[in-house]
Amino acid sequence: MQKKKSNILGWQKTENVLAWIFASPALFFLLLFVVLPFLMAFIFAFTDQRLVPGPNPTAFVGLRNFLRMFSDARFLRAMGNNFLFVIVVVPIQTTMALLLAVLINRKLKFVNIFRTIYFSPVAITMVVVSVVWAFLYEASANGTINQFVHFITFGLIGPQDWLGNYKLAFPAIMLLSIWQGVGFQMVIYLAGLQEIPNSLYEASQIDGANVFQQFFNVTLPLLRNTTIFVVLSTTILAFQLYSQVEVLTRGGPQNATQTMIFYTKVMGFEQGKIGYASAITVVFFLIVLTISFIQRAVMKEERTVK
Amino acid sequence: MSNITSIRSSFKWQKRIGVILGYIALLALGFFFLFPTIAMIVLSLQPDETTITMDMGSIWMFIPKTISLQNYADVFKRVNFPLAFMNSVIIVGTTIIFGLVVNSLIAYSLARMDWKGRGVVLAFVVALMIIPFEAIAVPLLKVTNWFGWLNSYHIQIIPFVADAFSIFLFYQFFIGIPKELEEAALVDGAGRFRMYWNIIIPLSLPVFATVAILQFIFKWGTLLWPLMVTRGPQYMPLPLAMNTLYGQAPFLWGDRFAFATLMTLPTLTVFLVFQKWFVQSVASTGVKG
Repeated sequence: MQKKKSNILGWQKTENVLAWIFASPALFFLLLFVVLPFLMAFIFAFTDQRLVPGPNPTAFVGLRNFLRMFSDARFLRAMGNNFLFVIVVVPIQTTMALLLAVLINRKLKFVNIFRTIYFSPVAITMVVVSVVWAFLYEASANGTINQFVHFITFGLIGPQDWLGNYKLAFPAIMLLSIWQGVGFQMVIYLAGLQEIPNSLYEASQIDGANVFQQFFNVTLPLLRNTTIFVVLSTTILAFQLYSQVEVLTRGGPQNATQTMIFYTKVMGFEQGKIGYASAITVVFFLIVLTISFIQRAVMKEERTVK
Repeated sequence: MSNITSIRSSFKWQKRIGVILGYIALLALGFFFLFPTIAMIVLSLQPDETTITMDMGSIWMFIPKTISLQNYADVFKRVNFPLAFMNSVIIVGTTIIFGLVVNSLIAYSLARMDWKGRGVVLAFVVALMIIPFEAIAVPLLKVTNWFGWLNSYHIQIIPFVADAFSIFLFYQFFIGIPKELEEAALVDGAGRFRMYWNIIIPLSLPVFATVAILQFIFKWGTLLWPLMVTRGPQYMPLPLAMNTLYGQAPFLWGDRFAFATLMTLPTLTVFLVFQKWFVQSVASTGVKG
């Protein structure tokens, strides 16, 4: 009896030690490369920390970085642009992803080929997508999109400098972002659609519902959770907008395509102002955190309703 | 009776029109999603820059008049493509392989072992999933600067090996494996590592593939970090090399597209071959959400 007990105790001891051994490599890396920089951001944000140390030692500056942010027109423009991107791109991309998924989910021949085609931009990196779209946006009258616009408006709209025009540059970036990203959400919706039992459609068909009624009364309500997930994950991705801007416009013309992450890079890396860049990072994180909390609250509500 | 047949035939017509409209939509959207990629590949084979800029707005863009690999030869003189490609393969490949080991091990301890601290560590990992990389990029630059890691492979690998989201995907899969399988092994006196290696891994190949594919999609195109931590071509991965070429004179679309095509074809091939896995991996991010 005594022996058995000590055996179990011994086993529990080895189990504890082994578990920590299994967990420690990942924990070590997470602490060093996620938690440490994350905490440093909150400390740097209240100092005048530089990337390359200057002659004066780093000093505590209180809330100066945060106060500066709200009178910094470029920062405000960057934050405004991120919100604008969310307001415009998220509804369009989500709706388009859903419609594509519904289309792909129909029992038509060759439909798998089209699924591959719609999803393929996801396998092309954003930098390449940006370069290809820069070509399509070419400002000359011969430019692909200029010719297309000329054609569909019967020559009413002349050639535009899509990426160089203050008003057009950000919408141009939005369009290529949707082109690249929508396939990802389509696949998530497709998985959601395939979980809806066929019997529900048959039942509503017997009740005399047409295709549109089926869509609004069966499909849409049952995809509620998927929609919440797609909307919020697209929102968070929209706040991370960076590569397209880096390749195509570098925040210009006149800050028309400035974004929070691009601006953080300019401040922290190019100008070496780690303190100020960290303060922007903190604000960025608080926005993302708020969105995540909204996501959890809405999802939980959904679960209790059911 | 005749009434019923007329309803039937009108229903049939409705269905037929629906199918035709469906195909029109499929084709139009297919063109929208395909033509930029096709343009890139076709124009990379067009050696004459004037022809490219002349035809960019017409259907002639897609019909190559001359096919040559001149652009490819030219771009190889301008940029060391093989080096950038190898850099990308080394960086992304090592990150994924080490990541699979490290992240699945901690997930195994969280999902299958009974230990003090399990709850705290699990909550810690879940909390870290909320922090996007962009939110720590600048302070991470400062931290890795302290270590003196700038301009190297390891600065692009080591910080990204452990990944909270990957751990969570492994964890969710591991808790679904029946306990009895391991209990049998326990009676045999197998150690924890052997259970992980001989029982859990063979049963978990789908989740290993999912994590590898998602990491590949996210890491292969990353631009922000290499732009901040590499100087010159020695450790430069493909996306940064593409961005550098794009910003450098002479601004030739033929050269740019040759580079873009070379950079895209390997990933596009991998995607086409493992398409089912790609789709399943992406779908799995949403289902549990």
